[in-house]
Amino acid sequence: MALSTPGSGTSLDGAPPLEGALSPTGETVRIGPTRSRTGTSLWRDAWRRLLRNKLAVAGGIVVVVLVLIAIFADVLAPYPYTKTNFGRLNEGPTRDYPLGTDQLGRDMLSRMVYGARVSMLVGLGAQVLIVIIGVPIGALAGWAGGRTDTLLTRFIDVMYAFPRLLFVILVMSMLGAGLMNIFIAIGLTGWVGIARQTRAQVLALKEKEFVEGARALGVRSWRLLRRHVLPNALSPIVVAVTFGIPEAIFTEAALSFIGVGINPPTPSWGQMVGEGQQYLRSSWHLCVVPSIAIAVTMLSFTFLGDGVRDALDPRLK
Amino acid sequence: MVHFAISRVLWLLPTLLAMALVTFLVMHATPGSPLDPVAEGANPLSPEAQQNLARHYGLDRPLYMQFAIFVGNSLRGDFGNSFVYRTRSVREILVDTFPISLLLGSMALALAVAGGLALGILAAMYQNRAWDYVSVTVATAGVAVPNFVLAVFFIILFSFVIPLFPTGGWDSPRNWVLPTVTLALAPMGIIARFTRASMLEVIRADYTLTARAKGLAEGPVIFKHVLKNALIPIVTLLGPMFAAVGTGSFFVESIFRVPGMGRFFVLSMTGRDYPMIMAVVLTYGAFLAVMNLVVDLAYGALDPRIRY
Repeated sequence: MALSTPGSGTSLDGAPPLEGALSPTGETVRIGPTRSRTGTSLWRDAWRRLLRNKLAVAGGIVVVVLVLIAIFADVLAPYPYTKTNFGRLNEGPTRDYPLGTDQLGRDMLSRMVYGARVSMLVGLGAQVLIVIIGVPIGALAGWAGGRTDTLLTRFIDVMYAFPRLLFVILVMSMLGAGLMNIFIAIGLTGWVGIARQTRAQVLALKEKEFVEGARALGVRSWRLLRRHVLPNALSPIVVAVTFGIPEAIFTEAALSFIGVGINPPTPSWGQMVGEGQQYLRSSWHLCVVPSIAIAVTMLSFTFLGDGVRDALDPRLK
Repeated sequence: MVHFAISRVLWLLPTLLAMALVTFLVMHATPGSPLDPVAEGANPLSPEAQQNLARHYGLDRPLYMQFAIFVGNSLRGDFGNSFVYRTRSVREILVDTFPISLLLGSMALALAVAGGLALGILAAMYQNRAWDYVSVTVATAGVAVPNFVLAVFFIILFSFVIPLFPTGGWDSPRNWVLPTVTLALAPMGIIARFTRASMLEVIRADYTLTARAKGLAEGPVIFKHVLKNALIPIVTLLGPMFAAVGTGSFFVESIFRVPGMGRFFVLSMTGRDYPMIMAVVLTYGAFLAVMNLVVDLAYGALDPRIRY
């Protein structure tokens, strides 16, 4: 089914490519004898389409900035995130503390900067785990077929029926708070969607002529799956991963908000919103600053994800 | 159709059983026990006391027996006593709190469907014009921004800056407004996005062109021809929507101090309240599974092209 996108309004719907003509497969078709160009790959085309999408580019820039903040948190933060100043609790922005101080007199800006590190780590790290678990299971189910497929699909369906967040909270409260456990909890529950995607892709590709051709040439099953089928199944997986990042960030924020996510004193945006909640009336900045950060991060990743999806599969528009 | 319905209903039971098993395993395979002291660093109970408590709650039996006993009891509607709220049975707590969560969820879902459809239709009718941008913005924000963040903004805006609604509680309908809106925005955004896409697809269809060509006014074209066909795929969205509203309510209920099931959920988990955890997970699971089933069957009934 087609999906709408926030960016589709401004981008060039169905506008002709600027140079050359694109065949449905994305290869450049030579138009005249004088024109000689090397063929562009699917990824190169996708990149060009992505750059034309203003919202996606804006989202991408924010994401890059966030990643840089996360990497250079130690340099950027003016204070250590645990340094308290009991003389100046719950203060609004001042020259010493550009974003104010929290209920323990800690610098909000420093805590926000380190919070970005947690968000980015969880967002990107959890996806690695999800891909490592989900893609092989999905590929195996789709490729092997028969009883293996039935068994795996049943299992996937049961996991799918489980309310996601509920299961993550369950696993987290049992394992205890902490960054490693968040990876485990999100990884254990998040692979289901990507496994389904991969299975569907592999099932569809299995019947294609090029696979039959390769098989006829004597390519072994394992190599066939790895070299011919999976690379062609890649773009939906990439799309799923792009949308998985904000979901993981949201999950961490939600977990930390209810107190089963990141262990204090390590700051996390969700935890800051949760802790600031009780001071909402008197010092609203405690809640609002991290809330804005979460909202901006989620929106940026969503815009970028929408852009990546449209760029990789223009048919979905 | 009948065959499909029956097989789907029969599948409910193994699905729930598997869910119970997974939950049970996660609870017991992880370190820690309900007999551990609640306060951090507190002295543990004496071994004798632990043994007595374990016997009293049946925790000393082998795991497979504990699971079998749980399944047997829960089939009779008996979920045992809560470990944390010792004076109340899990069933009593659920009977008190589930209706409140259900009311909140239903109101949110109704608002989400009505608002989402309206936004989606407007966006599709005025594609790439002001209404489209308004609705797409609302939809994206609703989907992307977590509801506890929305709740913070709403409380500041509509309780502090403009004191229209109370910050929490559940006594009068005035208390219901903010939690309902907060909970509704995410599903509303999803419905709006899909409605827009689906409408745009149908608007370009040949039979819409035919309807216009025979001189039909815009109103009948949109409502009789386009909308009817565009709405069918939206029905499938309602399944995941119940899940979103259900789990979303943990946060919304805790922020707005709604005395529903969601608040007990987190408390029971961190307190290792085994009977309560099982009951809450299964209640949500059963509710979602039944709703998914209803949605699937409704889809088949609405779309004559679907054959089972």
